Amino acid sequence: MVGVAQKSVTVVVPSLLAKVTGEQRELSVPASGPRSVAEILDDLAGDYPVFNRRVRNETGAIRRYVNLYLDGEDIRTLQGPDTLVAPGQELLIIQSVAGG
Amino acid sequence: MGGMAIGETVLAIGTKKGLWLATSQDRTNWSLSGPHFLMNEIPSIGIDQRNGSTRLLVGARSEHWGPTVFHSDDLGETWTEPENGAIRFNDGDGAALERVWQIQPDAADRPGVVWAGCEPISVWKSTDGGEHFELNRALWNHPDKDQWGAGFGGAAAHSILPSPHDPDTVHVAMSTGGVYRSTDGGDSWQARNHGISAYFMPDPNPEVGQCVHKIARDAVEPSTLFAQNHHGVYRSDDSGDNWQSIADGLPSDFGFVMLTHPRRTRTAWVVPIKADGERIPPDGHLAVHRTDDGGATWARFGTGLPDLDYNVVLRDAAAVDTGDPAGVYFGTRGGSVYASANEGEAFVQVASGLPDVLCVRAASL
Repeated sequence: MVGVAQKSVTVVVPSLLAKVTGEQRELSVPASGPRSVAEILDDLAGDYPVFNRRVRNETGAIRRYVNLYLDGEDIRTLQGPDTLVAPGQELLIIQSVAGG
Repeated sequence: MGGMAIGETVLAIGTKKGLWLATSQDRTNWSLSGPHFLMNEIPSIGIDQRNGSTRLLVGARSEHWGPTVFHSDDLGETWTEPENGAIRFNDGDGAALERVWQIQPDAADRPGVVWAGCEPISVWKSTDGGEHFELNRALWNHPDKDQWGAGFGGAAAHSILPSPHDPDTVHVAMSTGGVYRSTDGGDSWQARNHGISAYFMPDPNPEVGQCVHKIARDAVEPSTLFAQNHHGVYRSDDSGDNWQSIADGLPSDFGFVMLTHPRRTRTAWVVPIKADGERIPPDGHLAVHRTDDGGATWARFGTGLPDLDYNVVLRDAAAVDTGDPAGVYFGTRGGSVYASANEGEAFVQVASGLPDVLCVRAASL
């Protein structure tokens, strides 16, 4: 929206996790300024605790075969969970290729 | 799965890629349904019938989304998962749950008490029917912990045997680490491996470090235990203080399975595998062996099983029911599942072509 500052970030959820986010594929998280990935996931954990457990283990680590992308960059190549996400940016969650 | 009549038997089959349920009126003709939890491995199943109903508990694990415990009170029609997880380490524990290897309801007169054995090596206890578990900190902080290791399948507490005769006595087996016993309800644990070989270690008779694959308790004599070890089949008559080999008469002392009879003393089943370095049924002939005399003698039963099958039966991929005569069930890593309605003497095929079978549990409804 032109002239209005974005006050949130969007987390895009893979279809396989929609059943633990009330079938929502896009979750909006308030952000008046840059927030870390960990803070964003902490916010979502309150409303979607099962979603949180699917994405992170109980130490807070993002699961090995879950990838988070910020503007196309895997956050593991950035600052991991400390990566800052600016208002208006999109955090994309995709499960990686795994299993046999 | 709704509408099952009383008298049916349900066989829950946990595989590498989901859970199947089979039902039968006569334990001979089976109908199969599933998969539930497709693409989740199901290494543990508990069937809890102590409250006059049947609760299925499953330890599921997605390669992507991690491990969790589900339960169903309607035979798999619907599944429930506690929002914050039934089993989870606390912030200060510095650990994360990797896999639930064992879900074991306690004795009939302790309804609500359910035990879980997990990877990393840990034992958990629930008092609400398996919806929330507490970590047993005495074992988690055990001074032997740095001597425990990982077998090929991971480092886990895979067997938990609460004593039906004494609420303070619990036996646990872990790979690797061996057998541990508590006589104070889990407040302390002592290694109980005397007589069990650890041939793969510099000292083949250590106090700790054995690779016990499965233990089972005698239904009548609570101090009698049976163990299938990583090479070695044993019995203890003193609650684990001392173990004696009962492998004579078996084609091999390697294997994963150890089952005991639901009512009869000194009766146990094993499924021998040729050797650690040759993990196939001896000569490709899959068979169940049963002792009725505490391991003094063994009888081989292969009726109804394929002439050749080179697949292994894993430690929890075998179970007995409480029927009379007892039913015996097992599944292979080749995805075949077999049922015996006559204590293992003859089998019928329940399913074939499933993913690797990791766990089976059966109950009369």
